Amino acid sequence: MEIIGIIIVAILVNNVVFSQFLGICPFMGVSKKLDTAIGMGAAVTFVLTLATLVTFLIQKGILEPFGLEYLQTITFILVIASLVQMVEIIIKKISPPLYQALGVYLPLITTNCVILGVAILVIQKDYNLLESIIYAVSTAIGYTMALIIFSSIREQLALTKIPKAMQGVPIALITAGILAMAFMGFSGIDQVFK
Amino acid sequence: MSNNLKVLINGLIKENPIFVLLLGMCPTLATTSSALNGMSMGLATMFVLVCSNIVISLIKNLIPDKVRIPAFIVVIATFVTLVQMMMNAYVPALADSLGIFIPLIVVNCIVLGRAEAFASKNGVLSSFFDGLGIGLGFTGALTLLGAVRELLGTGKIFSMTIFPENFGALLFVLAPGAFIALGYMIAIFNKLQKKTN
Repeated sequence: MEIIGIIIVAILVNNVVFSQFLGICPFMGVSKKLDTAIGMGAAVTFVLTLATLVTFLIQKGILEPFGLEYLQTITFILVIASLVQMVEIIIKKISPPLYQALGVYLPLITTNCVILGVAILVIQKDYNLLESIIYAVSTAIGYTMALIIFSSIREQLALTKIPKAMQGVPIALITAGILAMAFMGFSGIDQVFK
Repeated sequence: MSNNLKVLINGLIKENPIFVLLLGMCPTLATTSSALNGMSMGLATMFVLVCSNIVISLIKNLIPDKVRIPAFIVVIATFVTLVQMMMNAYVPALADSLGIFIPLIVVNCIVLGRAEAFASKNGVLSSFFDGLGIGLGFTGALTLLGAVRELLGTGKIFSMTIFPENFGALLFVLAPGAFIALGYMIAIFNKLQKKTN
């Protein structure tokens, strides 16, 4: 039951984009078209799950036993950066079609704060390994969902007449605001699973 | 000196990180629920930006070109850890309300962007002024956005009452208000910029 609660909260109630404000830059950047949004979503899901697993093991296996928690930020960002590089090299070698699909998005992911954010959040929330992985996957699903909804709306926005100063990012932000309002409707739903 | 002043002004207005370059959106949206929070986040980022700019411009000749990005990240992460520990020690309440966004200064594209675009090519003094200018532009934008949201949401600026709280729209303090307020502010900035040109 608790696990279902984590999933619902991460996807709907505390959606990473609309309520936690993580990963906004790539969110604005790649959400102009539906296919790029799906590609980015897939890449984030893949890297986020892997990165959370690795950083969790490093935190519990190395940093905590040796009392090095203050090195958390430095260690995590370096691990994530090298992990992304490694994933890129491996995918390029093993599966060229997958590389074609995800390749362009991978370098962008290092500076995506969702990855580092979730890695730190699962430590702060004191989740165990299983809960951390489930939280990471659900967060990534929530991110992908937000990207898909938002890019569909933006494809429509491109055809709409908008005042000149509002074109581009301003109108996108206001649209995201209205979507965030819609997502506020989910708050409280997690109480059912407690 | 006039050149340094130009670099400073450039960061404040012409290349304002929020309103013009549209960088560092996550902390901008997340930490501006009040003017004070916005300003503290801005100052924390400015500290990291200035220090990392100085250090990177000093060591730029020692770093091999191929590993420069990881090296920059280590320098930045060091200063972020410093800020994090200082805030936890001296202003724990503030550190709590900014929460995860203090360690996330590491992945703020503004900081790495300036390291790569400016500090790795220029001398110490102008890198310092560049960090100061961009940092002030960031802090100013965050404080302004925080003030607007706090005023519309609760009728206060820096906790000083301007109008009774019942007239405020609480929405502006919550998540949707962040997106909407920033959207309108960028639109206004666009409009003003066109007029001055």
